[in-house]
Amino acid sequence: MSATAITVRRPVWRRLIGFNMLTGLVLGIGGWFLGAWIGGQMAIGHDYLVGTDQNDVGIYMGYLFGLIGWLVGLGFANYPIGRLLGRPPTLRHHETGGWTRYFRLCTDHKVIGLQYLFGIGIFFFIGGLNAMLMRTELLRPVEQVWPAGQYLTLVGLHGTMMIMMTSAFILGPFGNYFVPIMIGAQRMAFPRIEALTFWLTPAAGLILMSAIAFGGIPFGWTGYAPLSDQARSGADAYVMAFLLIALSMTLIGINLMATILTMRAPGMSWTRLPIFVWGVLATSVLMALASPVLVAVMSMVLMDRSANTSFFLASAGGSPYLYENLFWFFGHPEVYILALPGFGIVLEILPVFARKPLWGYRLAVAGMFGVTILSFMVWQHHLFVSGMNAGLRPFYMLTTELISIPTGFIFLNAMGTLWRARIRFTVPMLFALAFFFNFLIGGLSGVFLSDVPSDVTTHGSYFVMAHFHYTIMGGLVFAFFGAIYYWLPKMMGVVFNERLAKIHFWLMFVFFNLTFFPLFAAGFLDMPRRVSTYAPHLQWLNDFVSASAYMLGFSMLVFLANLVWSLVFARIPAAENPWASRGLEWQLPTPIPVENFARIPVITSGPYEYGVTGAPPVADFMPAALPAAGS
Amino acid sequence: MSRTARTFSVAAGIAFGVALIVYYIVSYLVVTPPVIAGTGAQPTTHLTLQTVASLGFKPHPDWVSYLVRNQNGKWVHSTILRVPANSTVDLTIYQFDTATGLRNPFWGEPQGTVGGTMNIDGKSLTVLDPDLASHTFAIPDLGVSVPLKGVADDAKNQCSIAPCNLGEAHTTVKFSFKTGKPGKYRWQCFVPCAAGFLLGFGGPMQSIGYMDGYLEVVK
Amino acid sequence: MTEIVPERVHPHGWRIVGIWLLLTAISVPLIVLVLGPHLPPGNVSGEAGGQRDANVLLTALLVPIALLVCVFFVYSVAVFRNSGEAIVDGPPLKGHAGAQLLWIVLTSVIVLALAVWGSYTLIVSTHGAGGGQGPDPIALPKGHQHALPIQVIGQQWEWTFRYPTYGGLETRDIAIPANTLVAFHVTSIDVTHSFWAYELGVKADAVPGVDNIAFVTARQTGFFQVRCAELCGLWHGHMAKKGRILSVSAFQAWIAAAQKRNAAIGKYLPKYNHVYFPAPLRRAG
Repeated sequence: MSATAITVRRPVWRRLIGFNMLTGLVLGIGGWFLGAWIGGQMAIGHDYLVGTDQNDVGIYMGYLFGLIGWLVGLGFANYPIGRLLGRPPTLRHHETGGWTRYFRLCTDHKVIGLQYLFGIGIFFFIGGLNAMLMRTELLRPVEQVWPAGQYLTLVGLHGTMMIMMTSAFILGPFGNYFVPIMIGAQRMAFPRIEALTFWLTPAAGLILMSAIAFGGIPFGWTGYAPLSDQARSGADAYVMAFLLIALSMTLIGINLMATILTMRAPGMSWTRLPIFVWGVLATSVLMALASPVLVAVMSMVLMDRSANTSFFLASAGGSPYLYENLFWFFGHPEVYILALPGFGIVLEILPVFARKPLWGYRLAVAGMFGVTILSFMVWQHHLFVSGMNAGLRPFYMLTTELISIPTGFIFLNAMGTLWRARIRFTVPMLFALAFFFNFLIGGLSGVFLSDVPSDVTTHGSYFVMAHFHYTIMGGLVFAFFGAIYYWLPKMMGVVFNERLAKIHFWLMFVFFNLTFFPLFAAGFLDMPRRVSTYAPHLQWLNDFVSASAYMLGFSMLVFLANLVWSLVFARIPAAENPWASRGLEWQLPTPIPVENFARIPVITSGPYEYGVTGAPPVADFMPAALPAAGS
Repeated sequence: MSRTARTFSVAAGIAFGVALIVYYIVSYLVVTPPVIAGTGAQPTTHLTLQTVASLGFKPHPDWVSYLVRNQNGKWVHSTILRVPANSTVDLTIYQFDTATGLRNPFWGEPQGTVGGTMNIDGKSLTVLDPDLASHTFAIPDLGVSVPLKGVADDAKNQCSIAPCNLGEAHTTVKFSFKTGKPGKYRWQCFVPCAAGFLLGFGGPMQSIGYMDGYLEVVK
Repeated sequence: MTEIVPERVHPHGWRIVGIWLLLTAISVPLIVLVLGPHLPPGNVSGEAGGQRDANVLLTALLVPIALLVCVFFVYSVAVFRNSGEAIVDGPPLKGHAGAQLLWIVLTSVIVLALAVWGSYTLIVSTHGAGGGQGPDPIALPKGHQHALPIQVIGQQWEWTFRYPTYGGLETRDIAIPANTLVAFHVTSIDVTHSFWAYELGVKADAVPGVDNIAFVTARQTGFFQVRCAELCGLWHGHMAKKGRILSVSAFQAWIAAAQKRNAAIGKYLPKYNHVYFPAPLRRAG
C-alpha cells in the first residue's frame, strides 16, 4: 500500500488532514493551553508566581507542551512509535508527493533546504520590518512615535530574530541542500534529525514573536541577567525561543559534521572538497561546541525566572558575570557561525566567475579553521570594561587581534583568485565582491574594538552596532543573496530577472553603506546602543540613516518582487549549468532527482580546475564498479 | 485548482499573512495611555494623582499603579501628563499603598520642588524616613524627586480596587515644581515596588501607564 | 578556452602598488593632521587623550590596509574583466608560496605589534585608559593611594554619586576637581549599567556586587557628558546628565554647598561601602 498506489486526487479539505503543518499548529496551540493549565496548577501556593499576574511556570509549561504538540502534529512521533510496533525502518515515503511535501515532515534534504530558505526568509523579513519601525522612532531625538518600552521590545525582537534566523541562514538552506550533493552523497547522515532542525526553527520564531503578547522583552538580544530575570513574561518567550534554536543549531552542526566526515563519495579527498563544504564543516564544529553553552545559560535564566534559583542575583550569592561569561562563550563563536559560511559562499562563487582555480586553497582551509579555534578564546573582549579579570585584558586583546590573521587569509584568497582573471559580472559575483568590501570595513572596524583604549570609547556605542552590521548584514546577508542568485536556477529550475536583480544589488549595496557607515560616526559622537532618545544635535545624522534604511528595506522589496515574478509568473526555465561551473551540483539534471545520484559517483578531479589543460571531468557518474577500499 | 486560481490564492494568503503580522506588531506598538492635561490657568497648573497597590481590573489586576484625575474630576488610568511650559505645577498625590522602603535612601529627600519642601498630611517636611516611603514621584531631567509616605501596614479600611476614594486609608502629599522649556520628560518611581518581580523593578515599574510616564511640557 | 596569455605584458602589480602608495601618501597625513584632532573622545583628560591617540593611530594604520585591498579589488575588477560573451578561462594559478608567506608574515607582524602596543598603552602609559578595572586594578597611576574616590551608583534609572572623603555625601549631580587624580568606584544596586563619561574617556560597567574602579585625571575645567552604555531597562536612554570639571577651589565650594543641601538626608544614608546589597530581593505580592 505505497503512496503511489493512490491515483484518485482527494479533495483539498481531505488533504489538509494528516500529519502536516496545519495539524502541528492546531496541536501546538492546544498543547499550549494544556501546558499553561498544568503550570497554573503547579504554581498554586507559590506567592512569587501568582502575585504578579504572570505565571512563568505556566508559560514555560505551555511552550513545552505546545512544542510537543507541534512536533507530534508534524509526525515526528510516528517513526519511533512505528519502530516500537515493529514496522521496518524506511525514509522514502516521507520524500514523495507533490508540493504538499513542503508543508510536511520530509526527510529529503533538498525539500528541507527549500523549507529552510522560505521559513527563515519569512522571519528575516519580520526582523527587517522591526528594524524599519525602529528607524521610524529614531527620526526624533525623544520618543514621539512609539513609547520607550515598545521601542525596546522592537530592539530585542529585531536582534534576537535576526541572530536566531541568520545562525542557519546559509547552513539551513544551502548547507542542507547542497552539501550532500557536493560531496557525492544521496542524503544527509541523519535525515530525521535534519527535518527536526528545520521544524524547530519556525517553532522558535513563533515563540519569540509571542513575546509581544506577554509584554515584550526590554533587554536586547543579549538578555543580560539580572535584567532578564526581572523582566515580564516576554522574557520566557525569549528564553524558550533561544533554547530551541540552540538545540537546532547543535543538531544541524552534528548532522553536517557527520555527513561531511563519513559520506563523501570515493575520490572526494580532503583537497578536492569544495571550499563551501569546508566552510560548512568549520561552522558545524562551532555550532556543535558553542550552542550547548547557550542551552545551559538559557536554562539557568529559566530556573531563575520560574524556580526561584539565583544564579545571576548578586545579593543572593549569584553573579551577573556568570551570565556574561556563559553568554559570550556562546556569543562570540556565534558571530563566526555567522561569518564562516559567508567565507565559504564567496570563495565558492569567485572561481566560477573569475574562471580561475581558487588561489591558495589550503590557506583558505587553514584560515577557516584558524578562525574556528581562535573564536573560542576571545569572548571576554565583550567585557573589557566590565571590571572582571583586568589582568587578562592584554591576553584577550592579543587573541582578538590574532583572529584577523586567518581572516586575512580569506582576503588573500580572493585577491589571488581575481589576479589576471577573466571576471564575468553576474549578479552572484557582484554580491561576492560587495561581501569583501563590506567585510573589510567590518573587520577593520573590529580592530578598534579589540584595542582596549579604543574600546573604552566605542564599547556599547553605535560604533559596535555599525561594526557587527557590517560583518553580519554586509557579510553574511550579502553572501546569502549571492548564494540565492547563484544556486536558485538549480534549486528552482527558473532564472531570475537579471535587470531586477541588478537593481536589487545596487540599491542594497549603496543604501547598506549609507545606512551603516554614518553609524560609526554616531558611535564616536557618544550615542549609546539601544536608546530611543539621543542627543538632539545627532538628529540630522539619524534622519539620514533612517532615510537610507528605508531605501535598504525597499531594496528587499525589489528582491521579493523579483522572486515572485520569476517563480510564479515568468518561469523561464534555467539551463542545467548556466554558469558553466565545474561544481558537482551543476553536473546534475534540473530538477535534481530524489536520490541525487543514481549511483554513487567517483570523483576524479577538484571543482576549481578552470583553465587547467587536460583536467579530467569532475566526476564519473556511472562508475562500472566501486574502486577498491582505501583508495 | 487551475494555475491562475492557485497563484491567486497563494498571493492572497501571503497578503493576508503579511497584514496579520504587521497588525500584530503595530497594534502592540501604538498602545499608549490617554494624555491628561493639568487644570487651572497660567501661571499655576494643578494635577491630582493617586497611587494604588493593586489596580483590581484587567489586564493587570495585581499591579501597582498611578492614576490621574482628569478635568471632569474622573480618575483615569494614565501616566501621561500635559502641562504648560515656564509655569508652576501644583501636584497633589493621594497615596493608598503601604510602605516598601527606598532602595537608595537618598531619594528620601524632596528635591527640585518649590522651596525644597513637600507637604505630607498637612505638615511641611524637608526629609522623609526612607523606610516609610511607598513610592516616589521623580522627573529626573527637571531635578524633581519627592518621596511618598506609605499608609501604615495595620491601617484599617485599606483600598483594594482602583480608583480608591478618599474615605479609604491614605496619605496626602502636596508639592509644586517649575516647568522649564517645552519638551517630553520621563517620570518614574524609585521604590522597588513591583510585587513579585525580582529586584522589584519588573512589570509595572517598566510599563508606561503604571509606574512610569511622560510629562509633556508644551507651549 | 586555451588562449595563450603573454606573461608580464602589463606591470599590474607595480601599478597597484603605485596607486596605493599615492593614496596612502595623501590619506595618512590627512588622517593624522586634519581628522586626528577631531577624533573622540578629545583631550579633556589624560585617559581620553590616550584613547584619542589610539583612535588616530588605528585609523592611520587601518586606512592604508583598507586602501590596499580596495585598490587591488577595484583594479582587478576594472582590468581583469572578461570582455565579450564567450566564457574564457584565466591562467590556472593555484597559489604562490612566497606571496602567501609574505602576507602571513606581514599580517602577523602588524597584529603582534598592535597587541604589544595596545597592552603597553593600556597598562603603562594610560593606566587602564579610563576603563573599569574591577575591584583590584592592576594598571595603577602614580599616587593612586591618594586619588580622590568618587562612588558612582547606578540604579534603574538614575546615577547618584557619593564622596566618601566628604562624609559619604551623596549627590545627584557630579563634579570633579581638575588636575586631580580621581578614582571612580562604579557599582549598581539593581541590574547592570555602564557608566560612560564621554569627554573624560571613562567607561566602567556598574555591576551589582562589584566595585569597578577607573582612574582619570582631568586636564582642564569644563563639562562632560554622562550616559549609560549598557541596556538596563525602560529608561536606559534617559540615564544621561552633564557633569562638571571644576577648579579645586570651586570644587571645595561645590562640596560645601552640597553638604549643606544634604544635611537632612545625611543621617538616613547607609555607611559608605564599596557595594550595597539592599533588600528586598522580591517584594511580597
